[in-house]
Amino acid sequence: MTLALIILFPLLGALLPALCRRAACRRLACLAALPAVSSLLLLLSFLPRVSSGETIITELDWLPSLGLNLALRLDALGLLFALLITGIGALILLFARYYFEGSASAARFFTLVLLFMAVMLGIVLAENLLFMLVFWELTSLVSFLLIGFHSDRQAARLGARMSLVITGGGGLALLGGIVLLGQAAGSYELSVVLEAGERIRAHEHYGLMLNLILLGAFTKSAQFPFHLWLPHAMTAPTPVSAYLHSATMVKAGIFLLARLHPALADTELWFHLVTLTGMLTLMVGAFVAMFMHDMKGLLAYSTVSHLGLIMLLLGLGTPMALAAALFHLVCHALFKAPLFMMAGYVDRATGTRDMRHINGMWRFMPTLMALSAIPAAAMAGLPLMSGYLSKKMLFGESLRVVTPDWATVVIPVWVTLAGLFSVAYSIRIFHNVYFNGRPIDLPIWPPREPRKAALTPIALLALATLVVGIAPQGLYATLVHPAFEAARQASLPAYDFATLGGTRSGLMSLVALAGGALFYAIRGPLFRLHARLPEVDAKEIFDWAMRRAIALSQRRVFQLENGSLQRYLTFIMVTVVVLVGVQLLAVARWNGGVPLAALDPLTVLAAVLLCLAAVGVVVFHHHRLPALLLLGVTGLFVTVAFARFSAPDLALTQLMVEVMAVVIMMLALSFLPQQSPRESTRPRMARDLAIAGLVGGGVAAFSFAILTRPQHTISDFFLANSLPGGGGTNVVNVILVDFRGFDTLGEITVLGIAAVAVFAFTRDLHLKERVVDTNPGHWVAEPHPIMLSTVARLVLPIALLVSAYIFLRGHNLPGGGFIAGLITAVAFTLQYMAGGLVWAQSRMLTAFRPLIGAGLLIAVATGLGSWLFGYPFLTSAHGHFHLPLVGEFELATAMLFDLGVYATVVGATLLVLANLGKLMTVAGPGKEIG
Amino acid sequence: MNHALILPILLPLITGASLLLLYRLPFGVQRLAGLASTLGLALLGAWALVTAGSGEYQLYHAGDWPAPYGIVLILDRLSALMLALTAILGLGCLLYANRGIDRRGAHFHALFQFQLAGLNGAFLTGDLFNLFVFFEILLIASYALLLHGGGRARSRAGLHYVIINLVGSALFLIALGTLYGLTGTLNMADLALEVAAAPPGDAPLLAAASMVLLVVFGIKAAILPLLFWLPRAYSAASAPVAALFAIMTKVGIYAILRVFLLVFGLGEAPVNAAAWQWLWPLALLTLALGGVGVLGSDSLRTLTAYLVIISVGTLLATISLVTPATLGAALFYLIHSTGMAAAFFLLADLLGQQREEGYDRFSVVAPMGHRGALGSLFFLAAIAVVGLPPFGGFVSKAWILQASADEPRGLWLWGVLLTAALLTLIAVSRTGSSWFWRPGSAGEAEARPLDRGCLAIVCAMVALNGVLAALGEPVMAYLALTAEQLMTPEAYIAAMLPETLASALEVPP
Amino acid sequence: MELLYAMTLGVLTTCGVYLLLRARTFTVILGLTLLSHAVNLYLFASGRLVAGAPAIVGLAERSADPLPQALVLTAIVIGFAMTAFVVVLALKAAVELRNDHVDGENPDEDRL
Repeated sequence: MTLALIILFPLLGALLPALCRRAACRRLACLAALPAVSSLLLLLSFLPRVSSGETIITELDWLPSLGLNLALRLDALGLLFALLITGIGALILLFARYYFEGSASAARFFTLVLLFMAVMLGIVLAENLLFMLVFWELTSLVSFLLIGFHSDRQAARLGARMSLVITGGGGLALLGGIVLLGQAAGSYELSVVLEAGERIRAHEHYGLMLNLILLGAFTKSAQFPFHLWLPHAMTAPTPVSAYLHSATMVKAGIFLLARLHPALADTELWFHLVTLTGMLTLMVGAFVAMFMHDMKGLLAYSTVSHLGLIMLLLGLGTPMALAAALFHLVCHALFKAPLFMMAGYVDRATGTRDMRHINGMWRFMPTLMALSAIPAAAMAGLPLMSGYLSKKMLFGESLRVVTPDWATVVIPVWVTLAGLFSVAYSIRIFHNVYFNGRPIDLPIWPPREPRKAALTPIALLALATLVVGIAPQGLYATLVHPAFEAARQASLPAYDFATLGGTRSGLMSLVALAGGALFYAIRGPLFRLHARLPEVDAKEIFDWAMRRAIALSQRRVFQLENGSLQRYLTFIMVTVVVLVGVQLLAVARWNGGVPLAALDPLTVLAAVLLCLAAVGVVVFHHHRLPALLLLGVTGLFVTVAFARFSAPDLALTQLMVEVMAVVIMMLALSFLPQQSPRESTRPRMARDLAIAGLVGGGVAAFSFAILTRPQHTISDFFLANSLPGGGGTNVVNVILVDFRGFDTLGEITVLGIAAVAVFAFTRDLHLKERVVDTNPGHWVAEPHPIMLSTVARLVLPIALLVSAYIFLRGHNLPGGGFIAGLITAVAFTLQYMAGGLVWAQSRMLTAFRPLIGAGLLIAVATGLGSWLFGYPFLTSAHGHFHLPLVGEFELATAMLFDLGVYATVVGATLLVLANLGKLMTVAGPGKEIG
Repeated sequence: MNHALILPILLPLITGASLLLLYRLPFGVQRLAGLASTLGLALLGAWALVTAGSGEYQLYHAGDWPAPYGIVLILDRLSALMLALTAILGLGCLLYANRGIDRRGAHFHALFQFQLAGLNGAFLTGDLFNLFVFFEILLIASYALLLHGGGRARSRAGLHYVIINLVGSALFLIALGTLYGLTGTLNMADLALEVAAAPPGDAPLLAAASMVLLVVFGIKAAILPLLFWLPRAYSAASAPVAALFAIMTKVGIYAILRVFLLVFGLGEAPVNAAAWQWLWPLALLTLALGGVGVLGSDSLRTLTAYLVIISVGTLLATISLVTPATLGAALFYLIHSTGMAAAFFLLADLLGQQREEGYDRFSVVAPMGHRGALGSLFFLAAIAVVGLPPFGGFVSKAWILQASADEPRGLWLWGVLLTAALLTLIAVSRTGSSWFWRPGSAGEAEARPLDRGCLAIVCAMVALNGVLAALGEPVMAYLALTAEQLMTPEAYIAAMLPETLASALEVPP
Repeated sequence: MELLYAMTLGVLTTCGVYLLLRARTFTVILGLTLLSHAVNLYLFASGRLVAGAPAIVGLAERSADPLPQALVLTAIVIGFAMTAFVVVLALKAAVELRNDHVDGENPDEDRL
């Protein structure tokens, strides 16, 4: 559990600066240093146990079924990285204490850096690979915030996005790779995965797995061609560059590959992918760094090239290559961080980072020069320096490569060349800054050297570099070698620094030194040469690519989603035709075999008329009124069809609905253009006709197939139980109010909602915006021939009586709540028509919404009533009653339910009508009706 | 006979009806009523989760008629899950709407309750025609809510949405007619038996009917090429409505699961095979289109609408691999994506209100107030929606990858899924950096007052996504069992038609 | 008879779908109504065609299948509600967008 503390200290410690953001930078730094140092000490306390080869694992379940557990692991490899993270981190905090002096955003920086330290520690201490991945992604996110620290600069925003997209994308790939790895190994716990090397390498997806994981590692560790984000991350404050983008985060990829070495490495594929990528990165980085004028740019590209170097060593697969890699990794962290700090100080002191302006600084900042001489020398790989040793190790390993043949020659030459460049740019950054003539118009003059105290972090790191250079054994034995063994999961011979001085490797480093010096000496013409090369700015390219991608996708999307309903409907219809058609191909016999009923002329006539009416609607659809009337005709013939095939209830309902529907459409039409323009092209019409024909044909075929197939149905139950169980002889009505009363409840709800919706969205409809602006009044609004109105007034009571009768008998004979309700509605509609809207509204109750609500509530309450008797919702009871006029009849609770239906239907229909009518009256918006 | 089972439908129905009856009630009271009923639904959702968690099917015979004759409500783990999700989502949206948007039109609260009633009914019913009826309820309510607030954009988008869904309803009826004509029953369990026992001559017709249903549900769920109504409709709706609509596409997915795993899932050559074959490529294309659309969106609401499309594609692609593992993963993703889509719609509104001009359009460069708070919120929400740790999206993505890794086809899904995630990452990082980092957007001084309530609601929804990941284990266990339950329709049938239990077992799975 | 019925349905559906694909809201609504007629008749037919035997207990010894009739009745009413809604919505759209094109704008030619 103490392992968790190592991460928790900085994680929780991040709150400290956030909480007291107003405090002075000095206080903040101390607050921030507290958790960092305590983690460091905690780690050191583990040093003896771990370096003796022990592995400490603590585990806590999180999502076992996903294989994702809060498992931590501390072995020598993890310890090495953790020490770097905390140690250098502490120094960075110290450095930032001076760097951010007097800056308002110091608190934010310290918070973020501590957060970063925590998640980074998470990566190197995770035992569970998915858990590691969690931290991996988090580093990308925190790094995004840190790169965009100066968010007001466009370069910073772009750099931040670029790094997030590249490393985040890599993270996604890594997720895929890890999942495959886990599937292959059977677990995400490292202790299992590292044992399962053979099984994993033999797995069918090994290639894919490796590629995905490498993608993750390469993007994070800025390998070619993903290195592009790193230089642009330099817009971050220098402490960030020094910490994340040289010492720690960019090493995460290296760590991952070292960690998974036993599981994945030592295959042909691994060698080629890793080594070649490393070689390319090494060379590209070194070459570009040589010609950088920006100090941080130069350091960034040199970092890229060093990362490539380490990657190359990881790929080589020679016995001690991994040891060399880890050793160099430490050395690099030790000398690159101070160089960044130096760049930061010079930047602060001179106000620029351009080495064409910064020259001859030795006069102004001699101490800084003296201190930075050591890391610079180390980077160049001068004797007695840590870099010297690691470079010799590299050369030595490059010579040990035996297969493949090309590698035996190419790699040594290649690394020598790269070494040459690194010497050149190391000399350059040092000589160029401190000598090379006088400074040229610096923004800040005169440059002042920072306080001695401020230089402590550099001094400490330089000292460390020196110590390592002179006595490598100490570092190697205590940290690197155990880490090496932990990484290879085997006990191995220690690296023998005595034999470093192999003649050939010595020769190589001599060549590198001399060549580098020479190269720098003749830099003038070279720079002029390089200046002629076309300028490529990755940032611009990235931004351009992004814009292109977005523009492209916009075009693509809006070509499809162009807001044309006709197109969308066509898509739907075509989809139906295709999906259904494919299935229908398999139909063997359409005719199911039931003998067809005989035709009688009347029915044929009706059918023909129905078809003609329908076709007529199509033909005349440009003239809307005729089309509407023909539509009414089709409705009437549908009614006939229902009546013909023994569905009286349907016929009645259809009739009433048809009347109401046509009236409503009529009213609406009086507001719309009376003609539809002819805008469809002939081919277009043909196409639509074809689609429609296919759909129609399908429906026809379907219904024919069904009609000719023998029927077996559950309906017999209804016929049998209608009277005894439902207390009604009209089975349809009993089904509606009893067997399937729940459907009916839903259906009247729909009706009610529709009406209320109409009310809601016509409430603030402005009449003056009418399309065709007729005279302010409207034929519906004004009263009508006295004759009609008197008739209508006579009709009303009769109609109400009829509907009452229909309602009561509904349970036994065709009728019921719906039909009764619709009849009533029609009767009232007639009043509107005859008396005129204004007249009607002044005389009849217009509280339609409450009526709807009441209707629904009655229906529901009826249903709930059965609860009192311990029966489920909507269970009905019934008994005999006698009424004059109506006669002997069953009265069922279902009738109460039907009353609810009746009320809702009346309310809803009239609400729609009234509000449609409202639009016709001059009494425009604002006035609520219903 | 546990009456609580029907309450998720009746409670909002009664509330809505009462709000119509007493429409003169002061607005505050209406708010309270709506809130109370939605809270009740949340409790009922919790109850349902617990009850269904036992693995027992809970039945409710409306009208006390036995299946297959009467309409039977049935509660299993999936239904319970959807009920709870709907209730919690509804609560969030309602709270947000109560901050003032509900005043911008008539009867918002009644309509909202009807919407919930329709949703819950669709999740509970065991009868195919009844499912149609509840579809109509939730649709008509959604039409009304979509138009809430008025404006040209809403009228235009609403018209498309309504017409397309009317066509969908017509198709639904055709499928129903075919199924009834061939099998003579409507109860889903009974249908399953009849379909499995249908004479070979009818098989193609049944398959065709299933295709019609697939199109109907495909329109609701918004899969390619039936989804084009969605982006404009969702981005036109007012924020809380759009957020609630995040569950609407999931209704289509629920229906697909229910119908194709139960009704067409029996027999040695189940009818649903064809459906899965079609769904797989279509879903992948949908997912791809979603990714491209997210990158190409011109406003945060459109972007979110395409996030919804991405989620649909991911869900259906994962589902159409039909293994218990993939189903479980899909359901987890369903929870995550619904919540996040809703949160993003609300967030878009929250941010849009704080921008000087252009609301949530990307083309407009406008100062943004309260950068600190809103920026951090957006950052976290973006992490969650892209599916980066430590949020639910990461867990669900990992689970989907794991579940589909064993399938040979699975790697296709991997490619598209991860690419879509990358595109989303690009899109949201652009949005974030240009809205919160651009200089001059430091409009702290002239910032408009920030509605703490709305802020809190969105924060809560994002936080819930975090909780989903933190307490993922029990959820995953529940969903794994849910998937098991879905894969064994025999149990469902046995519960629904106990007397035909024997014949149910005759039909091999 | 069955064949005639089926063909009639086919004609109705074809007309409905064709109108559905036109560019003016009113025409589209005409199409929707025709389509719903066809669909109702289709659903009705799923109970087969029986003449002169309404589903009333004791009226005739054999009677038509009552269930589809109940379903169709429900469908008719729902269809009515939807029609009313969409008609008024189309009106609203036409008033607000100042034209009655389904896309709320007058494109020079049909898209797609």
